[in-house]
Amino acid sequence: MTYLGFDGLLGGLLWLVVHIALALAVILPLLIAIAFLLLMDRKVWAAVQQRRGPNVVGPFGLLQSFADLLKFAFKEPLIPAGADKAVFLLAPLATAAFALAAWAVIPVSQDSFFGKWVIADLNVGVLYLLAISSLGVYGIIMGGWASNSKYAFMGSLRSCAQMVSYEVSIGLVIITVLLCAGSLNLTDIVNAQKTGLGTRFGLPNSLLDWYFIPLFPMFVVFFISALAETNRPPFDLPEAESELVAGFMVEYASTPYLLFMLGEYVAITTMCALTTILFMGGWLPPLDVPVLNMVPGLVWFTLKATFVFFMFAMVKAIVPRYRYDQLMRLGWKVFLPLSLIMVVVVAAVLQYGRA
Amino acid sequence: MTLTVAFFYLFAVLLVASAAMVIIAKNPVHAVLFLILTFFNAAGLFILLGAEFLAMLLVIVYVGAVAVLFLFVVMMLDVDFAELKAGFIKNAPVGLLVGGIVLAELVALFVGRGLDVGLGHKLAAAVPADVANTKALGQLIYTKYAYLFQGSGLILLVAMIGAIVLTHRGARPGVKRQSVAAQVARNPKTAMSVEKVPSGGYTIPEKKAAPALAQPKAEAAE
Repeated sequence: MTYLGFDGLLGGLLWLVVHIALALAVILPLLIAIAFLLLMDRKVWAAVQQRRGPNVVGPFGLLQSFADLLKFAFKEPLIPAGADKAVFLLAPLATAAFALAAWAVIPVSQDSFFGKWVIADLNVGVLYLLAISSLGVYGIIMGGWASNSKYAFMGSLRSCAQMVSYEVSIGLVIITVLLCAGSLNLTDIVNAQKTGLGTRFGLPNSLLDWYFIPLFPMFVVFFISALAETNRPPFDLPEAESELVAGFMVEYASTPYLLFMLGEYVAITTMCALTTILFMGGWLPPLDVPVLNMVPGLVWFTLKATFVFFMFAMVKAIVPRYRYDQLMRLGWKVFLPLSLIMVVVVAAVLQYGRA
Repeated sequence: MTLTVAFFYLFAVLLVASAAMVIIAKNPVHAVLFLILTFFNAAGLFILLGAEFLAMLLVIVYVGAVAVLFLFVVMMLDVDFAELKAGFIKNAPVGLLVGGIVLAELVALFVGRGLDVGLGHKLAAAVPADVANTKALGQLIYTKYAYLFQGSGLILLVAMIGAIVLTHRGARPGVKRQSVAAQVARNPKTAMSVEKVPSGGYTIPEKKAAPALAQPKAEAAE
């Protein structure tokens, strides 16, 4: 293969080195961002309950997540007697690895400094994300089974059923967006949001063009399904501490536990990024004015994704946990028919409504 | 090219090894996990062939859904493996016969056509270079093979409905179900009632006494 003008093995190795460097350039800022998002999650939760939240380590408690990281890393990893050792240790690794793998296709900006800000600009980026998010189940189910504990197993079964159920409606919601954008490539989906309702009403390249307005019901369904898919409150039944202690993670300690938690938060940021890309115009500025256009796309993307995460945190703080049968009812009896009908409606509008 | 070849051999070796482990592994859960690894490597080979849509579908459908089902079944059902192994001896001759026939066919193919069917030879591109994979598939499936596609979709739908019909047992008596519409339609008038408790009597009406208590309330309403 030829890469950057080099042929054969040298080109191949160069390609490998460049892409490993790119992956690190995505993963390291992502992990640091997650450290602060975790703090933000706890701070928002505390503020809703009129507490201060973590405020001891560092100024305003900014270093709290790093202190937690050190604490987890220096504790003793416990493996319960009767556990399947290999699978038990593989499960958290798989969770974290699959969650991080999703970021390979997420474009965070375009045309500021250099072309597309993405590691792999896949033609089937959306399908890749669906595939990777469906793999998140395995870490949980493996962890629950390998722990050799009733609570862990029950928690993993719940979680698995929940994630499989909500994947269906997430897939259908994404199909409505794909129909509008006409592409499976995430960069193209964002670029398709440059024209839309806003352009028709005389405000081109603005936030009115983004898909969250024409597809508002789907936006809501996607947001709620994303909460359920990532096991966030109010759908955190796999870890419902009043019923299952800590669900599938109950036997985990130290670094394996840390990896589970990391995987969970990476999955949450992935969902935030995906919401931003599919419905909120990705890195596009909200109004077509020179001042806003000068701001780099990465800043807009980060702001929007952080806003979605803020909504995740607010939901965690103010909504009570669902009962299990209600969760299943919502997924199968409400969201699935609704998104199925919307796929038909959106396809019909696109086919017959284009004057 | 060299890197592609290296990845091909990585995926191919892992695929064959994990497929072998599916059969060899003593623990059925390990076997299913190796099966998942096999699917992954097959998806990797598809990507090397330029069929990225197929690769993603393989992961979504087989790894994301079918293998989860396998795992559920293997984890929850108490399969007696001693019994299965006893059956293995009995069925071994038939299995050897079928395997032998397939092996003989493969050997005959290689003897007849030589070994120059390796990587890089006679491999047509999965799609024309200028058309994206997904688009090419869609253009074929929804035009030339539209009826076949609809037919296979119908078969899947029938299978799904059949499975539901076979397992659904309908509403059983004595099972409390939530009716969201009824809950939402509640208001203070229908949800609350003032009960008159006779002095010296019970304060908490027992279940059997409930119909008797309803009588005076109905009179009061009149």
